[in-house]
Amino acid sequence: MSDSSSERRPENQVVEPQPRGARVHGDRPIDQAEAAERFIAAPLHQKQHDERLWTLRSRRDGEMHAMPEWEEMRALAAAIKEHTLTHLDKYLEMFEANAKANGIQVHWAKDGDEHNRIVQEILERRGAKTLIKSKSMLTEECRFREHMAKVGIEVIETDLGERIQQLDDEDPSHVVVPAVHKLRTDVAKVFAEKLGTDPNDSNIYHLAEAQRQATRPLILNAEAGMTGANFVVAETGTFVVCTNEGNADLSANVPNLHIASIGIEKLIPRLEDLPVFIRMLSRSALGSPITQYTSHFRGPRAGGEMHVVLVDNGRSERLGMEKFWTSLKCIRCGACMNTCPVYRRSGGLSYGATYSGPIGLIIDPTFNARKYSNLPFSSTLNGSCTNVCPVKINIHEQIYAWRQEMVREHETPFVKRAAMKAAGAVLSRPAIYRAAVETGNAAIGSLPRFVIYNGLNAWGKHREVPHAPAETFHQWYKKNRGDKK
Amino acid sequence: MSSREAILASVRANLPKVERPLPVVPHFDSNPPASLIDAFGDMLKRMGGSLLAPGPVDDPLAPVRALLAESRLICSAVPEIAGERDPATVTEPRALADVDHAVVRAAFGVAETGSVLLTDTDLQVNSLAYLAQHLIVLLDPADIVVNLHQAYARPEFREHHYAAFHTGPSATADIEGVLILGAQGVRSLSVLLVPKPPVNRT
Repeated sequence: MSDSSSERRPENQVVEPQPRGARVHGDRPIDQAEAAERFIAAPLHQKQHDERLWTLRSRRDGEMHAMPEWEEMRALAAAIKEHTLTHLDKYLEMFEANAKANGIQVHWAKDGDEHNRIVQEILERRGAKTLIKSKSMLTEECRFREHMAKVGIEVIETDLGERIQQLDDEDPSHVVVPAVHKLRTDVAKVFAEKLGTDPNDSNIYHLAEAQRQATRPLILNAEAGMTGANFVVAETGTFVVCTNEGNADLSANVPNLHIASIGIEKLIPRLEDLPVFIRMLSRSALGSPITQYTSHFRGPRAGGEMHVVLVDNGRSERLGMEKFWTSLKCIRCGACMNTCPVYRRSGGLSYGATYSGPIGLIIDPTFNARKYSNLPFSSTLNGSCTNVCPVKINIHEQIYAWRQEMVREHETPFVKRAAMKAAGAVLSRPAIYRAAVETGNAAIGSLPRFVIYNGLNAWGKHREVPHAPAETFHQWYKKNRGDKK
Repeated sequence: MSSREAILASVRANLPKVERPLPVVPHFDSNPPASLIDAFGDMLKRMGGSLLAPGPVDDPLAPVRALLAESRLICSAVPEIAGERDPATVTEPRALADVDHAVVRAAFGVAETGSVLLTDTDLQVNSLAYLAQHLIVLLDPADIVVNLHQAYARPEFREHHYAAFHTGPSATADIEGVLILGAQGVRSLSVLLVPKPPVNRT
């Protein structure tokens, strides 16, 4: 197999430099529009990104059409998640008891710092200095790699996209495809610097093989392995990890020590609930019927040691937010990102946050309402995110509700300014605006009738003004975040 | 208060005060494909795997042996095929790093997705299915279920500490969406439909 479009690049060919993400200044509000402008100003990157994500969205639609029970499945998924979240204490205790009975050591971490300390202690007790891991958004939340670097433990990401991002010292820009904002030439540059490959060879097959060969000895010599979890089954004490590369299985099955970092919202009650999510996760994410690997861990293997760290990090507080608790249903498929016209044109790093795209707009402010006060304005409120969400989170309505919360805070002038700029980034460029309109029209032509005409009609319902909140943002913030520094 | 107690207390204090009953999950299997084998094979192929053409009646394993003819190192976890490396003698997972071809038997297959389930019992050493360059899976054609709902009703998920659905080989499309087979794990996955050897009932 060869890829004719990725032949060795002539030395003198102009390569478009990769636009970098949002500029972060402590807790000051992220200016997503500013970073988006720089992404839009890099046409090769912008085009590849937009087209790649729209391809994923189109494939997702194909899978949806091929499954007659799709809408029933979404309703089931939403109901199972909402049931679990409204009984979360019970299911956490059930999982813990069953996991312990199977020989898993269960730890609890209130926040990212505690998570990092717990993992560090487990590793130090075993004298482990190297850790291979699969991709986990939770460990991104915890700034896990930064912590481990400080205490002298080498962490090696084994997902290709995540490894590219680690080597480039960048956050993942997408929850499923972490390096989707990069061109092959960007990857060639990173690998040349960090893996010693030919900087002018941007053949994708060569790049992937170079990474396989470079990572293999690191996998074989690692003293510990770490994974996240996509789902956790309370009744059996099982955690489930989905990957396409098999890198979670390598991380878990080669070293004798396996640590899984798991957010407390990943619980589902029963095994019979699991297929509802497994059937929709990869169909929603990539438009494939299932990930190449779906792995079920219920206990350590003979001679091995298995730990689970259950992490809160703001989730239990979010559970108490009347308008926003259902965001905890999210299964991190990325479908809302792939369909979002703002995300597709601005790149995930423009959000300057762990979570980008529509789901990021409603999760990030719960971590830091000031820093991410702009983000809810980075949306057209077209409702497409809500329509593709496999667990039926009313994403665009929550984005609107967050705008109301932000406006009620005393930063209205800033927020208005930011909103103008966000709109300006697209509207000031007629060609981009026309492309957006055309893509939108093409989408309408391919959407099934029920998507356009159902009760959640994206182009109508968002214009309704939701009821005014009973409390101001200031009151709400004091109640929900007042004890935080 | 321990972190465990603090987290559970915070969860309890914040539980949404709404009724959300746990739904009954149907199996959605009232309209199965005409041929489970054909459906399984089609999906496996779509996911980058291959379904081997059946061998002659008197030598059903011939297609596997043909694949193994050029192998540099075979590790077989099935009694039907002999290899240079016996997984029963392996104590360190990384000791399988030099395996070229691994041969294992799947617990069952899933027509909906083209998946095979490999348990820790089937693999003997879990790393075998990931460190080998190529993976060959024997699957009893009688053990193909319609979809994932039927699959999760099976006992394997309650019996094993480790069980993984494999659906094609290790794959990635992380660079510009170009599909690469053999990202980190096996470069190819081949499935041969062949009945289980009769159980020795003594």
